[in-house]
Amino acid sequence: MLEARGVTKSFGGLLALDGATLTVSDGAIVALIGPNGAGKTTLFATLAGFLEPDSGTIGFAGGDVTGLPPHAIAERGMVRTFQITQPFARLSVLENVVVGAYLRTPHRGEAMERAAAVARRLGLGDRLNATAASLTVAGRKRLELARALATRPKLLLLDEVMAGLNPTEIGEIVAIVRRIRDDGVTIFLIEHVMQAVMSLAERVHVIAGGRIIAEGTPAAIASDAAVVEAYLGRGAARRMLHA
Amino acid sequence: MSARAATAALLAAALVYPLLFFGDGAWLVRSNYAIDVGMLALFAAFLGQSWNVAGGFAGLTSFGHVLFFGTGAYCSTILHVGHGVNPWFGWVAATTAGAALGAAVGHLTFRVGLRGSYFALITLAFAETFRVLANSVGFTRGGLGILIPLDQRAAALQFHDPIWFYYLALALCASGLAIAWWLTRSRFGTYLAAIRENEDAARALGIDVVRQKVRCLALSGAMAAAGGTFYAQKYLYIDPSIAFGVDRSVEMLLVAMIGGAGTVFGPLVGAGAVVALGEATRALSDARGLGLILYGLLLVAIVGFLPNGLVGLVRAARRDA
Repeated sequence: MLEARGVTKSFGGLLALDGATLTVSDGAIVALIGPNGAGKTTLFATLAGFLEPDSGTIGFAGGDVTGLPPHAIAERGMVRTFQITQPFARLSVLENVVVGAYLRTPHRGEAMERAAAVARRLGLGDRLNATAASLTVAGRKRLELARALATRPKLLLLDEVMAGLNPTEIGEIVAIVRRIRDDGVTIFLIEHVMQAVMSLAERVHVIAGGRIIAEGTPAAIASDAAVVEAYLGRGAARRMLHA
Repeated sequence: MSARAATAALLAAALVYPLLFFGDGAWLVRSNYAIDVGMLALFAAFLGQSWNVAGGFAGLTSFGHVLFFGTGAYCSTILHVGHGVNPWFGWVAATTAGAALGAAVGHLTFRVGLRGSYFALITLAFAETFRVLANSVGFTRGGLGILIPLDQRAAALQFHDPIWFYYLALALCASGLAIAWWLTRSRFGTYLAAIRENEDAARALGIDVVRQKVRCLALSGAMAAAGGTFYAQKYLYIDPSIAFGVDRSVEMLLVAMIGGAGTVFGPLVGAGAVVALGEATRALSDARGLGLILYGLLLVAIVGFLPNGLVGLVRAARRDA
């Protein structure tokens, strides 16, 4: 579904992505984890076309999407959400989702119908006519997800859709994400909530210093020495094993 | 009263209004002045709507919309006076020129990511540049302006009776309302609203932001240019400061913002308020600047307390009722 090879991106002197290479296979739920400043969001932004990589290639759904603008990539079926939610604040919840639905149909009636169905599925059914600005954090996260889903993506890039939610809300989103995947959408997500990563993801990529330093099942990653060191500092793995 | 019934009533009132004052058979009293005031309000509403299409619906806040108005006015007038082209065809050409200019300005500014106050300043600069150019190049006859020869036949897009200009302005205003209504119901309009609210999110959902903004400015430019031809044919004289004067840019924006930017009826309501205010102050006092001072105060009040304009006020009152 997605294959990034040697993706490099620097901002001035700062090397944010340093030859990041990874694949996401069809129909999987894959997580991207890493310490703060590791380059997670930069990688997502680059995959989705918001940033142009300095070098490297990005293959998606059998084509090369390197350097394409975001709208062209969304059109092909790779859609991202934002870590800091970006609602169309003064539009209603339904209108927000309709914007996404319009990607696949020019007809208003059809777009409204699809958007309402998606919003209901994400538990926004009783807020359809409220303005997006009036939603709670949890509501905005769902709206972000609903809008992206309304575009009928093949691959969803979810940037911390669970950050700032309480355990109940996290449980609900986990169930929603799993259901989206079961409907045939591949999921690639950045997440700090490890409980969610462990229960959702089939594969985990770990990024640190702009490089993918480990890849494997959640269980294997949790006991990977390089990963522990990336999070806790040099020598941490050894100390933990001896403790 | 439903929105549809209200619109029908409004249209009927607008159709009947000049009959109250027109000719020997006037229902009320014969008054070309009353007809002209109505025409001015409808025309201001149409120009305000052209600003509203870009500034209200898409958040492309222009300070120089007169650029398109003046281009339209000069386009049809030069074709007519200089090359003998019938003004009706000139009107079509002017509208097309306005669309082309809107697309060109859009390409130049949106591709490099200029927006917000930068876009406002760029449009102002374009309008001023065109004013200076119109003052100095030969084919506009510079500061002398261009006089359109009197030829009061409908075929020459001139009318002896003011009532026909009134109905022409009504047709323009109605078409502007139809365009605005279409924007509230179409994918294009929804995309513009999304772009106005959050460009990054719009992009992420597959919207080609630059392309949609260029299309929007082309549509808005075409409307303002059509207004330019109407003005030239009504007053039969244009010069650089009439065609490209900054005060008309301000009026377009004022009308839309006072009435309610981004709403279908905002410019019509705003135009009614602005024209009524202008006529009232003129009747009360000879002081020429008084109207402008009142406009300014009104704008400050609207921006400060009524971000959705008078239409927003009505909506809020309805919700409370």
